[in-house]
Amino acid sequence: MRHTLSVLVENEPGVLSRVVGLFSGRGFNIESLNVAPTLEQGISHMTIVTSGDEQIMEQIVKQLRKLITVVKVVDFQNIAAVEREMMLIKVQADDSRRGEVLRIADIFRCKVVDVSLMDLSLEATGNYEKITAIINLLNKFGIKEVIRTGTMAMRRSMQPEL
Amino acid sequence: MELTGAQILVECLGREGIDTIFGYPGGAVIDIYDELSRHQNTLRHILVRHEQAAVHAADGYSRVSGKVGVCLVTSGPGATNAVTGIATAYSDSIPMVILTGQVPTGMIGNDAFQEVDIIGITRPCTKHSYLIKNIKEMAGIIRQAFYLARTGRPGPVLVDLPKDIVISKTDFIWPEEVRMRSYNPTYKPNLVQLRRAADLILKARQPLILAGGGVVASNTADLLSDLAMRYKIPVVSTLMGLGSFPGTHPLWCGMVGMHGSVVANRVVNEADVLVAVGTRFSDRVTGKISAFASRSSIIHIDVDPTSIRKNVNVAVPVVSDCRQAIIGLSDVLAARADEKDWEKAHDEWLSSIVHHKEAHPITYVKNGEIKPQQVIECLYELTKNKYPVITTEVGQHQMWATQFFKYTKSRTFLSSGGLGTMGYGLPAAMGAQVALPGRLVIGIAGDASIQMNIQELATIVQNKLPVKIVILNNRYLGMVRQWQELFYKQNYMSTCMDGQPDFVKLADAYGAEGYLIDDASKLADMLQTALDSPNPALIDVKVAREENVYPMVPAGAALDEMLLV
Repeated sequence: MRHTLSVLVENEPGVLSRVVGLFSGRGFNIESLNVAPTLEQGISHMTIVTSGDEQIMEQIVKQLRKLITVVKVVDFQNIAAVEREMMLIKVQADDSRRGEVLRIADIFRCKVVDVSLMDLSLEATGNYEKITAIINLLNKFGIKEVIRTGTMAMRRSMQPEL
Repeated sequence: MELTGAQILVECLGREGIDTIFGYPGGAVIDIYDELSRHQNTLRHILVRHEQAAVHAADGYSRVSGKVGVCLVTSGPGATNAVTGIATAYSDSIPMVILTGQVPTGMIGNDAFQEVDIIGITRPCTKHSYLIKNIKEMAGIIRQAFYLARTGRPGPVLVDLPKDIVISKTDFIWPEEVRMRSYNPTYKPNLVQLRRAADLILKARQPLILAGGGVVASNTADLLSDLAMRYKIPVVSTLMGLGSFPGTHPLWCGMVGMHGSVVANRVVNEADVLVAVGTRFSDRVTGKISAFASRSSIIHIDVDPTSIRKNVNVAVPVVSDCRQAIIGLSDVLAARADEKDWEKAHDEWLSSIVHHKEAHPITYVKNGEIKPQQVIECLYELTKNKYPVITTEVGQHQMWATQFFKYTKSRTFLSSGGLGTMGYGLPAAMGAQVALPGRLVIGIAGDASIQMNIQELATIVQNKLPVKIVILNNRYLGMVRQWQELFYKQNYMSTCMDGQPDFVKLADAYGAEGYLIDDASKLADMLQTALDSPNPALIDVKVAREENVYPMVPAGAALDEMLLV
């Protein structure tokens, strides 16, 4: 089961390796991880996408909280959250296919960020499912390169009644 | 007033109540040593012969005293030599601060002489670690390091000290308070969970207490014993929990696990409620996890939330300091003192256990040779009134030391439980003796393990520490040989330790007393002579070579699938 974790950490040297070391040392899986400073001085935010059964997820969250430099951990599994990632994707698109690729790009509201005679580079944002759908659709044209940021997530202000 | 980093360090150690450190000098810490020379009246430095031993000694010192152990080593190889000791302490949750020298900050990352990324190397085996990059942070970091080491689930904390920081100067400001918003261990138990626990205990027909190392670490042995006796609940322990309940008491059922007693492993399977206190359910304790305590509702008390539901599912989780939890649980139970239904059931349970005990005593066959078990039994009989501190290495002798010596007091059994570090026992005994100068300290060792830190005999002799080392000498790497015998068709690859030194001469060479015992009829007398000596002594006991440790639960088998002979 895929889980998105929101993790606040003290922004000090080595904090990333502590988090990553925890995952590798205990055999937990990381699908994606991104990290950047917050508005608060000295605090960074990580979004970690991971997977595991209930017992493993409980361990991942507890082990993260146990790290001295980790301030807060929230698993978005049962919390409504906005999830987004950005992708840059370079697709083969010569004269005969360019129009079709652009139509798909338009449907998904992608931006064209680079173009050559042989290919198109698109910028796409969306949640995991949307990004996956774009990749699946563009696959038949031939994908030359994909760069993804990994998921970032933010708690929704209005939570559905449980 | 401005102080150098070295002066700040020494000042901080004093304020933390530290009067003893174990260490080994080198280029990166030479300024600290220079400063230490001026504080020898208040801060004793024990010079070891190998950095690993400095850490084990600080560990032994900590285990017997409950204080934070401190060791000081230089950068590079000094630091890497310390790693096994650090990992040992981490596995067993021993509070410790390790001070390592480091190359000057400007040279870090340049592959300087004796540079190693010790923070990176020890990240998985420390509770936390710090590299001091600014002299102004020094006092605060040292303070935090001690705070982290001793609070919550204790553990080793490493502080890396670059040489330029140690010699630079700043105003010394002692932070009176430590506040870390990202570190707030839960000490107080949740009352709702305690009530649920009390419910289970009062309804239980066959309750059992499993005491782990957390009982020792939190100084809860007295309270847990009171609780067990008040409610007539039998007690088993893990290796780390030995001594937390008197091994001579009728409620005591022995150690549980791979080489636990038959009674302990059976009652764990028969219990309907298991009160597990300060234990992490290691594989050596549980055997096959799906068959462990399968009839039990488990109440699990531990200060570390990650220990709970890591290996076993529990009915009642209690995240709390063990002492606070037992106080709370006793109060909740006391408020229900009018409920007496439990008593008859518990009495019946205890009488069935008495039958178990009579049917399955821990035993061995005597045949005229010196049996290793016999040596431990004899040691126990000779010393039991002195409540000696026993340390062990790792292997067969360690298991016999759990089976045939009865521990009646907390903090008297020191052994590398989690990591299983051969070479632990001798330096740990050294550290224990430094902490308790008047106490009888006995290291029980195998002939293989003792050679892993034998150089510390020099430290022991130099510091006039009257440690007694008893070697159960079977000229084998005994536990591995036992596995080879039982599971590898007696293919004794690399387990025969022929080529060992003459231990008596070796002791003599170091300036310790050496004794050779090879005659069963002289065992008690010669042990007594060695124990009576005011000097350190190495006692080489030639024991039956191919004796096995039984009972044994093969790795991965259920606890009731014990091999008995």
